[in-house]
Amino acid sequence: MTELKDLNTKEIPTWCPGCGDFMILASIKKAVADMNLNPSEVVVVSGIGCSAGLPHWIETYGFHSIHGRAIPVATGIKLANHGLTVIVVSGDGDGYGIGLNHLIHAMRRNLDITFIGHNNQIYGLTLGQTSPTSTQGAKTVSTPHGSIETPINPLSLGLASGATFVARGYAGNTTQLTDLIVKGTKHRGFALIDVFQPCVTWNKINTFDFFKQRVYDLNSEKFNTSDLNAAFSRCQELGERIPTGLFYQTETDTYSDDLPQLKEKPLVKQNITNVDIKSVLNKYK
Amino acid sequence: MILMKDFVNWKIGGEAGYGILSVGVMFGKFCTRNGLFAFNSSEFPSLVRGGHNTVQLIVKKTPALSQYFEVNLLVALNAETIEKHLNELSSDAAIIFDGKEIDIKKYKTKKSHVLIDIPLTEIAVRHGKKIMRNTVSLGASIALLGLEFDKLEQLIKEAFAGKKDALIPINIAAAKEGFNFIKNRNIKFNYQLKEQKQKNHIFINANDAFSLGAVKSGLKFVAEYPMTPSSSILSFMAAHELQYDIVVKQTEDEIAAMNMIIGGGFAGARSLTATSGGGFSLMVEALGLAGMTETPAVVVESQRPGPSTGLPTMTEQGDLMFALNASQGEFPRMIIAPGDVTEAFEAGLNSFNFAEKYQLLVLVLLDKYISEGNTTVKEFDYSKFKINRGKLLTKAPKNYLRYAFTSDGISPRVLPGTLGTVYKANGDEHNEKGVSDESEENRIKMMNKRMKKLDVLKKELPEPKLYGDKNAKISLIAWGSTKGIILEAINELQKQKIKVNFLHYNYVFPLKEKKLLELIKKSKKVLLVENNMTSQFGKLIAQETGILFKNKLLKYTGRQFYPHEIVNAVRKLK
Ligand SMILES: Cc1ncc(C[n+]2csc(CCOP(=O)(O)OP(=O)(O)O)c2C)c(N)n1
Ligand code: SF4
Ligand SMILES: [Mg+2]
Repeated sequence: MTELKDLNTKEIPTWCPGCGDFMILASIKKAVADMNLNPSEVVVVSGIGCSAGLPHWIETYGFHSIHGRAIPVATGIKLANHGLTVIVVSGDGDGYGIGLNHLIHAMRRNLDITFIGHNNQIYGLTLGQTSPTSTQGAKTVSTPHGSIETPINPLSLGLASGATFVARGYAGNTTQLTDLIVKGTKHRGFALIDVFQPCVTWNKINTFDFFKQRVYDLNSEKFNTSDLNAAFSRCQELGERIPTGLFYQTETDTYSDDLPQLKEKPLVKQNITNVDIKSVLNKYK
Repeated sequence: MILMKDFVNWKIGGEAGYGILSVGVMFGKFCTRNGLFAFNSSEFPSLVRGGHNTVQLIVKKTPALSQYFEVNLLVALNAETIEKHLNELSSDAAIIFDGKEIDIKKYKTKKSHVLIDIPLTEIAVRHGKKIMRNTVSLGASIALLGLEFDKLEQLIKEAFAGKKDALIPINIAAAKEGFNFIKNRNIKFNYQLKEQKQKNHIFINANDAFSLGAVKSGLKFVAEYPMTPSSSILSFMAAHELQYDIVVKQTEDEIAAMNMIIGGGFAGARSLTATSGGGFSLMVEALGLAGMTETPAVVVESQRPGPSTGLPTMTEQGDLMFALNASQGEFPRMIIAPGDVTEAFEAGLNSFNFAEKYQLLVLVLLDKYISEGNTTVKEFDYSKFKINRGKLLTKAPKNYLRYAFTSDGISPRVLPGTLGTVYKANGDEHNEKGVSDESEENRIKMMNKRMKKLDVLKKELPEPKLYGDKNAKISLIAWGSTKGIILEAINELQKQKIKVNFLHYNYVFPLKEKKLLELIKKSKKVLLVENNMTSQFGKLIAQETGILFKNKLLKYTGRQFYPHEIVNAVRKLK
């Protein structure tokens, strides 16, 4: 049995007190415990940013990589050993900015990875610059006159890119978030979970209060999560009421399913001691 | 008296899309099966169709180690071939051309040239399609050189077997007609080849040779984004992915490719990426991630001339300094620069052992010249090869520390999934456990630990090989793909009674100095040879030993050296 306490580390998080990242960490731990995953069979992969410290504070294997590259690192890990549970934690700069190319391709690839986007709509670690998801008009240290660009909507991007599991959580609702992480991790394929994560230090617009007034659970009403068009239209609701929950889920083959090379066992379990190259060598004669 | 010659330098030229590359490889294989040695090189612009393409094949009774300048048999599929390459012809060279398409009188050919007007197009079209002119001219070429037809027939069968069976009889018929065209005429040609006894030879280029070695050494994961001249590694791997259970992923970009193999290596699969300079530029940040997390990774960088897109289908040794210094900070890496296809195979075999044993980044520098230059060599010997995964543990010891300090700097490694422990791979400076640690004390210890691996590796590496006369007073020094050209030059110099020796670096970094220092002490004249403008290897040697080279032969036209250029430079040494 994996218990919550088994996932505690000696090291303690260095996030600002009150940061939404604490609740995401708690939800991930709870989800891993609830699913009774062996911590030694879980790898949490991050890039760079405040969120990227997370692997250090959960007692599983972890890879703290470089800015924007958590997804390709995780892809390599999963392809090498698809027996592992691979969870990517990323930020809005990390995942939707510098690493966006990888995210889009990962979604259409449908490798069995769970992606958790710590979306604080700001660059936290670098002290408060605008991000790809910053609200239009947001004044930050890099946009003192207000951000001009239209923000990225990670959910519609996911739906358009062929993601097979698209959800939105809110750090302020860990029960729902835990449930989404459990569902996303159990989902066979790529799970995109965008999470509203208030940054108490730099983002004075998208605060806990801001979300508390607006968020509601999409799945508490009769919502068909296999309806792509409905998901598209509901994820655009970003006004006075903002839906959270599971927007879309569909089952297709995962990337690994379609690789006959992986049918018998993961790459890392295959015997490499006696590879016979004779027949190929003979073609050069 | 006519001096008969038992070699030939054959060149075929025409537009891209004329099937020139494939016929070059077929001819090389044909010669190899005849027990002869062939070396092929090609020159083509960055176009899929059109432009001027040439393929050259030197064929000899003894190992053919490089391209040659002087052409003895020119097959001109268009007029441009004659225009551009007339000046390369030996005085007794032959030209095969189609008089209906090329007015040979327009060109200043010599009386001594053997002009062979064959209705290539008419024959090709009659049997099938115009593209088969390549097969017709190949049939004619082998007849002219005095070789038998049967092995060509077999090769054509193999080339089209399977999907394109219908092409077999028509190609054989076309080749045969080209062959008979020559046989039915009494043409005197000074260059005559004879079938030789030696067998068990293969005809292969460095990309394929490296790939085969990598497969043999247990490669399991390839992530690559196509870029000339490395792309054939991707297609080789893809073609064999099911046979060897290798996962081959064409990625969204080279950043992804490099980071994916870091993930693959971390998880425990022998992982490879390959690229050229432009893609390598994109990988740079991740190289340091491999260094910092001590993740085994093998990267092939097949060089082409930069900067930027440069000369995308040509060759240069221009990226050594870049490979040595790419990525911020200081971390250990290893650089191998195979000098020929056999060394490329060995690099494929051994890179993963080095990468896993020392838990570091191994860079293999090839270039267009050897990546695509097929060579006849003895079948590769891998009978002594053993997989060495270094300090890889299947069970975690008590209180396991992933980055434990050890006397050789190498820490025992367990793979994620190993029960009873967990750890973090961390691109931030970290302590033995992998936890971020910015203290001065830890920083020094960790830097020393990682760099220690380089010292240990250096001790294991062989000294560079010395070729030629040990006691010669003239020494050549080079690295990577200039090897064969210099060896041919040494043979030529020997004939001219000039004694030279040659120190060749296959393992470029960490740099072994002992033999170099001895040689430089003994030699009167030392010439550094590099296919770049700024003598990058010379800079590395200066950096590591303080030695500065007075004499340098540098070529940066985007083409590789010819042996005669080396010979001339040696003769001019003061
Ligand atoms: C290649 C590169 N460019 C820039 C940086 C500096 N940098 C570190 S974190 C970061 C932004 C992080 O923002 P986000 O992903 O939203 O994470 P947050 O800190 O908000 O959780 C930047 C620009 C870097 N580490 N690497
Ligand atoms: S800067 Fe913002 S995101 Fe980063 S730890 Fe502090 S509150 Fe959290
Ligand atoms: Mg952010």
